[in-house]
Amino acid sequence: MDRIAVIDYGMGNLHSAAKAVQKVAPNDEVVVTSDVSVIESADRIFFPGVGAIGDCMKAIREAGIDRVLADQIYQKPTFGICVGMQSLFDHSEESGGVDALGILPGQVLKFGAMHEHGKPLKVPHMGWNQVTQVEHPIWHNIRPDARFYFVHSYYVNALDRDSVFGKGHYGIEFDALVAVENLVACQFHPEKSGNDGLQLIKNFVDWNGQC
Amino acid sequence: MSLAKRLIPCLDVENGRVVKGVNFVDIRDAGCPLEIARRYNEAGADEITFLDITATHEGRDTTYKTVEAIASEVFIPLTVGGGVRSVDDVRALLHSGADKVSINSAAITNPDLVSDAAAKFGNQCIVVAIDAKRVSGANEPARWEIFTHGGRKATGIDALKWSVEMTARGAGELLVTSMDRDGTKNGFDLELMTKINELVSVPTIASGGVGNLQHLVDGVQKGGADAVLAASIFHFGEFTIAEAKQAMANAGIEVRL
Repeated sequence: MDRIAVIDYGMGNLHSAAKAVQKVAPNDEVVVTSDVSVIESADRIFFPGVGAIGDCMKAIREAGIDRVLADQIYQKPTFGICVGMQSLFDHSEESGGVDALGILPGQVLKFGAMHEHGKPLKVPHMGWNQVTQVEHPIWHNIRPDARFYFVHSYYVNALDRDSVFGKGHYGIEFDALVAVENLVACQFHPEKSGNDGLQLIKNFVDWNGQC
Repeated sequence: MSLAKRLIPCLDVENGRVVKGVNFVDIRDAGCPLEIARRYNEAGADEITFLDITATHEGRDTTYKTVEAIASEVFIPLTVGGGVRSVDDVRALLHSGADKVSINSAAITNPDLVSDAAAKFGNQCIVVAIDAKRVSGANEPARWEIFTHGGRKATGIDALKWSVEMTARGAGELLVTSMDRDGTKNGFDLELMTKINELVSVPTIASGGVGNLQHLVDGVQKGGADAVLAASIFHFGEFTIAEAKQAMANAGIEVRL
């Protein structure tokens, strides 16, 4: 039995994320926690995030999650989701410009005015969209045309292009899933993406942390 | 590749049971919310909206428990509305497992609630419900007003101006219900949808009046809606979610199948 830590830094509801993990890992212990020692003792880490990144970064730092993440992130399989993904990078344009964790090189940028088929694209990018998948165990048993649920107004532009294993498309191309060693992070919400999302979470839970 | 248009079944819930009335009156029972949500998820619903129509009068505990039960088993986005009056109400629903909270009459009595909730929890989880009724005469330019209390009470607020104000205050999505069409099965008010979509840059959900699958297609293709919402045609088994999705796909709309 593995222990899976879902990191809670007080920003929004982690109920669905924890329930989704428990559903695909019924024999594992899923713990929603901000306790550094629990995170350190876990076999896997989920690092979700919703809301404004400025508030998230503040809460992450206040809870000491920044230090434990920097320490733990390459020691065990870790999965960043949505703002959790964004906060791994250097800097975000949101909230007037916010320095993030800087674990991965790159920027979080705002969707500008964009058009598709002559019509302005709405922001946030909200709903089910496809991802151009690059071969990685995280995509196991997921069709190439599968759709995932996105809700975001900012997107990741990773500096290390070899770390991009999923490209999103909304007016422009953006980084929907990145992976470096045992770290995976995605912009969409697998815990809200029906069966394909559950499969992706299962793939992470089953993953040995190697490509 | 592009973003799919969404199909959203709506559960109107009263005292923990799903109901749907004609023009919000003459309500019939259509079952248990968790069972219906589970069935819709399996059938390919893109999202579920849950409106607690008694929330203005009754206690909230049943609602929170129902939301929590659905969010524990149904892994698609869940929007919850009905009787949301304060930032604390929004917080309680989000913590019960709602992904988005829909604010309706409280946005009218206290527009700051929309700004405050959006600032606190992010625009992406704040939906403002626009209940609009056509008030213009036959020979006048079309005009719609916001109505409250299930369409019984006029507010004097212009629905188009209100849509713009609500998005400026931070609404991340608008749930636009035609109170003239709701329960009639005559289709969405496409003119209302078109006008609102010309004015706002956030996603819109068309609601009120779906009687057949062509109405769903029209909501997207003629009304410009990003999502279409229906209740009774699904609850009573007239059409399945899968049939509705297929009809949209056959019409050339990008959907998640």
